[in-house]
This record gives sequence, structure tokens and C-alpha cells, in this order.
Amino acid sequence: MGLYAQAVVAGILSGSVYALMASGLTLVFGVMDIINVAQGALVVLGAYLSYVLQQTFNLDLFLGLIITIPVMFVLGVVLEVLFIRPLKRDRTQLSILVTYAIAIIIEGILGQVFTNNNVTLTAWYTTKSLHLFNFYLPYIYVFAFLLSCVLLAALYVMLYRTQFGHSIRATMQNRVAAQLIGIDVERVAALTFGVGVALTAAGGMAFGSINAFNSGSSYDLISRLLVIIILGGMGSIGGALVASIFMLVIEDVIAVSPAGPTWSSTVFFALLVLVLLFRPQGLFGKLATRAQ
Amino acid sequence: MSLSKARPALLLVLFLVAALFPLVFSNPAITTVAVFTLIYAASGVAWNIFSGYTGYIALGHAAFFGTGCYVIALMCEHWNTPAGYEPFLFVPVAGLVAAVLAIPVGAIALRTRRHTFVVITIAIFFIFQLMAFNLSGITNGSSGMSLPLLLWSGDFFNIPFYYASFILLLLALGAAWWIRNSKYGLTLLAIRDDEDRARGLGVKTAMMKLSAFVLSAFFVGMAGAIWAYFMQNFFPQFAFDPLFDVSVALMCFMGGLGTLSGPIIGALIVIPAQQYLEIQIGDSPLYLVLYGVLFLAVILLLPQGIVPSLSRWWATRKSRHLEAAAESSEGTPGAQQTVVAESR
Repeated sequence: MGLYAQAVVAGILSGSVYALMASGLTLVFGVMDIINVAQGALVVLGAYLSYVLQQTFNLDLFLGLIITIPVMFVLGVVLEVLFIRPLKRDRTQLSILVTYAIAIIIEGILGQVFTNNNVTLTAWYTTKSLHLFNFYLPYIYVFAFLLSCVLLAALYVMLYRTQFGHSIRATMQNRVAAQLIGIDVERVAALTFGVGVALTAAGGMAFGSINAFNSGSSYDLISRLLVIIILGGMGSIGGALVASIFMLVIEDVIAVSPAGPTWSSTVFFALLVLVLLFRPQGLFGKLATRAQ
Repeated sequence: MSLSKARPALLLVLFLVAALFPLVFSNPAITTVAVFTLIYAASGVAWNIFSGYTGYIALGHAAFFGTGCYVIALMCEHWNTPAGYEPFLFVPVAGLVAAVLAIPVGAIALRTRRHTFVVITIAIFFIFQLMAFNLSGITNGSSGMSLPLLLWSGDFFNIPFYYASFILLLLALGAAWWIRNSKYGLTLLAIRDDEDRARGLGVKTAMMKLSAFVLSAFFVGMAGAIWAYFMQNFFPQFAFDPLFDVSVALMCFMGGLGTLSGPIIGALIVIPAQQYLEIQIGDSPLYLVLYGVLFLAVILLLPQGIVPSLSRWWATRKSRHLEAAAESSEGTPGAQQTVVAESR
């Protein structure tokens, strides 16, 4: 029983990291109506950035975020302006292909620079464990959870307490109406994409210190992130939070159950299929209706 | 001579060129590229039947390609099929199994629309790939599978595969052509243009979408089976390859989504380029970078694809021609308008 309780706790903690990455994805979807398939590759890029900073400047992983988050933010804005904005027709479908292409390019560059060998981010907190009520939890899980909470709270404040957040939410609700009341929708889109990508810097650091990764890790990541945002309902940040913790808890519990870790990721996808049989719009989503 | 009159002759010439190609260029290095091109062209035409006509972009057809690979490999293994022409008989069976699997997959995925649909096809693809790894009792897990070892000489080896995939391409093309010119095809196009209105007008959209999805899976499964026998052995990550869908989508977008010849033209450009890059820079990840850049360039510079862009160019040229003729003979200006309307 203790094993299962530990799996639940670990699932909640690592689920928060996925929530961080998925909320960027779902935010971009809500504002721009596009799916950024490159999010997985960007997470891996964020992890490698932390790795480089640690290896060359011996910078602490969490301190390194002060550099990597702005860098990824700028990269996100640049990607939006260069590749997403020029799409005028069939934006929905073409954007998926464009971001897929970006993902492949990032994967290729990372593979060229860092080879395909597995890398792990290490620090004192990735090797030591916290002993708390019979649980042994690696410190990194706890720290990553706290980091996710801080960043998600910051995201909440930004969305609900600032002028920019009001613009974002207005654009999410009705793009045309937002334009009519004087919101620069293009600018909001670029900055939102930047925020979504900036979150991958933190997500990547946490992901890279929990798992070993290489340039090809993005496929596994993006498929999970996509499942999470669909399950939560596309465009719903709260849904993404619930879905990521739900999924990761289930995955971790299956991994310690007799079925074993080989089946835990299958369950991940099978659950999605099951949920969609009953709720095609996801747990918290709105039904896709006809676009006028 | 107008284009429509020249068309049958042109098609016959193209058919003969394709049919005689391996006899003229018998160099195995060239015919190998040709076989890959044909397999991908057939997959592209099949993918286009569903995604091009209905506008639902599926990025999980690699699941059916991989299913085809495993079905032919398992059948050969269980019945101890000797190497030779017999395994080709299993190719349609592989297609059928893929089609049968596509029924529940499509029924679930097609409950959703737009992005959600795309994402679900990707997720279902990953389920298939994980199954291939995890059901190691059947699929041999990560060590992959082998097919009966062919002892044909290097000069001859590619020829049967060339014609098998050529026939598959013709079948897929025939199906695509028939659908495009039938009422069924019109309903698919209606779904692409406005699904709710189509349903309001009495089109059984769910059934139509599902049948197109299953049909495309059938041909993609057969393509997978031929590919597997051609490769002789395969690993699960190459039978269920996420790059397959990227390639097929790239081919169709480059050639022209929803056009008959688009996927073939796309395949003729993409696959030889891909093979060339692979030979030149090997398995280096730079290959991925070039591939992605090509993809980006196509979508950003030629979002409509080669065939629609060319036909628009042709139509404007023709209308300008007619305009000039109308001006010289002071004919009715209506002639120009009808031409423009036709080109849409």
C-alpha cells in the first residue's frame, strides 16, 4: 500500500511539471486557435539550455532559469512572427504542419550538437531524497512542484490581474470583438506564444532533472502533452492542470502495479480514447462548433 | 491544342514511361529510389482520399502502414511462406486488416473535429507503436521482424517490387479518380467546405467520413506490406514511423491537397530528395533539419501546392488569351467571366 501512496504523491508532483508545459500549449491554443506541436521539442531545447549553462558556467539549474526563460520567450515571439503570422489561409491546419516542421528542425539541430546520447541534469537535489512520513521523495520533485506552483500562480496573476491578461482573455473569447475594442490582436498573439514557449524553459529544466533525455525525447513528450490538453478540454488552463495531475498519478500507479511500467504509457493513451467516447470535448472543454 | 484534348494522350505517355522505367533505367540504385517513390505516392494518394477530400488532416496513418508491415510479416512467419512471389498475395490481406482496424479508430477519432481530430490521430498512432513494442509475444518487441529472405539477384530484386507498388498506385489512383467524379466524392468535398451545412442538407456525414477513412487505411496498409517485404526486416520504430505522416502530408501539401495528381507530383519531388539527402549526409540529424526547412518553405511559399498554383496560372493565361481574342473580334465580355469562374 505504501508503494501506491508514494506513486500517487510522485504522480501529483511530476504532474505539476506537465501542467506547466501543457498550460503554455493550451494558452496558445485558446488565444491563437493553433496547436504548437513544437512544444515538446521546445521543452527538450529548454532542458538542453539549462544543461549548457550548468556545464559551461557551473550555474545552478534554478538560477539558470533567470536566463533561459527570457531566451525562450524571445524565441517564441520570433517563431510566431516569422512562421505563424504569415499563415493567412487554413491557419488551423497549416499551423500544425508548420510547428511540426519547427519541431523536426529543433530535433535535428539538437541531435547534431548534442548527439543522441542520453543526458541528465544533476545537482545535489536530484540525487538526495527527502524523508517525510514514510515517503522517500527526491528533492527535485519537491522543488519542481514548488517551481510549477510559483509559475502557475504568476500565470494566473498575469491572466486575471493585468491589462495584458485582460487582452489575452478578450482575444480568447472573441477575436473580432477584441479587435473592435482596440486590442492589438497580433501583438497579443505574439506575446502569448512567447509566454507559452517561455514556460517550456522551466518545464524543460524540471523534466530534464527528473528524466534522462536526448534530442528524440520530444515525440514522447508532445504526445503526452497533446493528450493532456485534449483531456482537459482545449483552451482550458484549469482543465490542463487537472488532466496532467490525473494522468501522471494514474501512470505512476500503473507503473508500480503488476502491469508494470511498459504498460503505463499505453494506459495514458487508452484513457484518452475512453474519455473521448463519452465526452468528445474533453473534461472541461467546449464543443467545437461551426466557425462562422 | 487545348489541354483537355491532349489529356488522354498525355496520360498514356506517362503510364508507358512509368511502366517501362525499370527496364530502361535498370541500375538498382535508381530503381530502389523509384520503388520508395511509388510506395509513398500510393500512400499519398490514399491519404489524400480521406484528408484531401474531407479536409480532416490525419497525422496517424503510419499506424495503418505499420499494421500492414506486421500483418504480412506475421502471416509469412506462421505459414512458413517460402520467399518468392507468394508473400505478395498477402498484401491485400494486410490492407484488409488495416481497414478493419481503421473502423473503430475512425469511429472514435471522427467524433471530434479540427485540431482535436489531428491530435487524436497522433495519439492513436502512438498507441499502435507502443503496442508493437509491448506485445512482444506476438510482435517480437523491439527486435522487430523479418520476412522470408529473398535470394533474387541485385539486378532483378527491385523489379517485382516496382510493379507491385506501381499496381498499388494505379489502384489507389483509380479509387481516388472514381471518388472525385462520383456523388460520394461530392459529399466528401461538401464536408470539407461546410460540414454542418452538409449534414443539414441530408448528407450522412459520419458514415461518409468513416468510409473514406477506412478506404485510405486499406491502401496505406497495403503500401506498408509491400514496404516491409521490400525492406526484408524492420524495427517497430520504422514500421510505425512518425516521419511517415510528415512525409505524406508534405507530399500532398506540396503537390496540392485534394487534387488527383498532387500527391504523385509531391512524391516525385520529396522522396528522391529524401533518399538523396539520406545517402549524402547519412543518418546525420542534419537530414532532419533540411527536411524541416523544406517543409516550412513549401507551406509558407506555396501554401496551395504546385497543381492548384499551376492550374490558376494556366487559367489566367487562357483568360488573358481569350480577352485578347475577344477584344480583337469585339466579342462578348462574358466569355472571360466564364473562364474565370471555371478556374475556381
